[in-house]
Amino acid sequence: MLRFIFGRLAVLIPTFLGVSLIAFSFIRLLPGDPVMLMSGERVMAPERHAELMHQLGLDRPMYVQYFDYLGGLVTGDFGSSIVTKRPVLDDFMNLFPATLELSLCAIIVAVLLGIPAGVIAAVKRGTWLDQSLMGVALVGYSMPIFWWGLLLIIFFSGYLGWTPVSGRISMMYFFPQVTGFMLIDSLISGQAGAFKSAVSYLILPTVVLATIPLAVIARQTRSAMLEVLGEDYVRTARSKGLTPFRVIGVHALRNALIPVITTIGLQVGVLLAGAILTETIFSWPGIGKWMVDSVFKRDYQVVQGGLMLIAAMIMIINLIVDVLYGFINPRIRH
Amino acid sequence: MAVAEIKTTKPQTGFAEFWFYFSRNKGAVMGLAIFLIILVLAIFAPFVAPHSPSIQNRDVLLLPPALAAGGQWTYFLGTDAVGRDILSRLIYGARFSLFIGLVVVTLSVISGVLVGLIAGYFRGRTDTIIMRVMDIILAFPSLLLALVLVAVLGPGLVNAMIAISLVNLPHFVRLTRAAVMSERTKDYVIASRVAGAGTLRLMFLTILPNCLAPLIVQATLAFSAAILDAAALGFLGMGAQPPTPEWGTMLAEAREFIQRAWWVVTFPGLAILVTVIAINLMGDGLRDALDPKLKRS
Repeated sequence: MLRFIFGRLAVLIPTFLGVSLIAFSFIRLLPGDPVMLMSGERVMAPERHAELMHQLGLDRPMYVQYFDYLGGLVTGDFGSSIVTKRPVLDDFMNLFPATLELSLCAIIVAVLLGIPAGVIAAVKRGTWLDQSLMGVALVGYSMPIFWWGLLLIIFFSGYLGWTPVSGRISMMYFFPQVTGFMLIDSLISGQAGAFKSAVSYLILPTVVLATIPLAVIARQTRSAMLEVLGEDYVRTARSKGLTPFRVIGVHALRNALIPVITTIGLQVGVLLAGAILTETIFSWPGIGKWMVDSVFKRDYQVVQGGLMLIAAMIMIINLIVDVLYGFINPRIRH
Repeated sequence: MAVAEIKTTKPQTGFAEFWFYFSRNKGAVMGLAIFLIILVLAIFAPFVAPHSPSIQNRDVLLLPPALAAGGQWTYFLGTDAVGRDILSRLIYGARFSLFIGLVVVTLSVISGVLVGLIAGYFRGRTDTIIMRVMDIILAFPSLLLALVLVAVLGPGLVNAMIAISLVNLPHFVRLTRAAVMSERTKDYVIASRVAGAGTLRLMFLTILPNCLAPLIVQATLAFSAAILDAAALGFLGMGAQPPTPEWGTMLAEAREFIQRAWWVVTFPGLAILVTVIAINLMGDGLRDALDPKLKRS
């Protein structure tokens, strides 16, 4: 098992270097003068330009700059925002819990609804129930989620007035950030109504972000279940006289879940891509909105640092999923 | 001349066999029908659309759809904030979406298959380097990478298509490579090599045709994903630029009116959704028809 983990880690190193090279070259590929871009100034005297070139280290050879950049990454220096002057890592750490909270809620919803839906569809294969569940899944799978979010806002926030449109919690509540998760922090604060407010702000973004993973998980569970239900050991379990619930829930589902877990792991990237759109629509202060805003504000230091941090995070999460998968399914370790 | 007629039925052609399995999937046939309708509308847009997609009629700003209170039949789906006919814009928008899908799929299939063939056929160091590069692309969330690429290249439809093609590339490379690796040690390939076939012939004429099935399915999925991604970039303001009647860009322009005029938001999204569903239905049908494992069951 250890060899398996180290093997995976060894593969990660070149990928990490490649990712850092992309993030490094991104800012240098942009059209325009790098000093102007990095300093955010529009007009500049030649002396100041040269001085800034030197200050930013841009007058050195490219490879020296790259190794310097790598050295920074290793020590946690991801650059600073041109707009706010704050270190990118600090902003990332501040905003990441909001994205994590939203993504976790979305994936929990997707798993809790998607797996049962897939199992029911597989067991009732060919019936109207199967067809309607898979029909809904197809719609969810094909959904432009930015439009879906707008529709939900029109109906639930505009027409019914049930949910707020943007932000994480009502302005009425203010409490210190302990965990960064609004649901938990609002409970800790003990303020009456704070938790309810946080939930009401979270519902629509969660539904929007959960839509595609939910559909994907339901479809994957159905096809995995169908494959497993035809196996000999399921027939044996049935002929032993076990209840259908036990046959399906224990014997079949446990084996069908192996590919489903891979699918869930693969949703990390999907969730982060979805978070970019969801957070933009609902003004959710997470890293997705932060990245989009930075692209538009031309705050390229943040884009560079954010790219690096997000890619590194995805690589680490994929590694964890891989290792977990190795635990569940010993066959792939070899 | 005596000709002995032995066979009474002709052997099925490849297409007939494919159509036999494809047409058994009702959803797939429906998807194909919807797709063909959208395709025809897109091609004949100037003849089908009731109005010009860009002419602004100042007398009918934010006019509701015909069936809603206050609507007019000349503007069946209503008008947008500057008085343009939404139906006409949607019909012209279909051109952009289908074009984007086509260009992206063509670009990523050609380059992906080429790179995947090389990786799978030559293996060794070439393969390792190619796959690491693909891993690097996959380490970024696709939409974020596309967004940043467009920021580098400059916002616009062409750059959005290039960015989406690049983001799609690894899927085709991986798929081709896996298929090539499972084929290249099979007897017919070895026989062909022994018979003196050169590398290029082996790669493109012997192995590739036998790897096509999963690639066709993936291409269909990539087609719908490309439409979604391009619309998302348009929505974020980084894809097609206004006043292009691209569906995502239309949604972005409509955002500020969501509380006042539901139709300007609803119809462009619906157009995206219906198109993507139709293509995905076709993709499911193609998978059923082309996957030999499923055929037997």
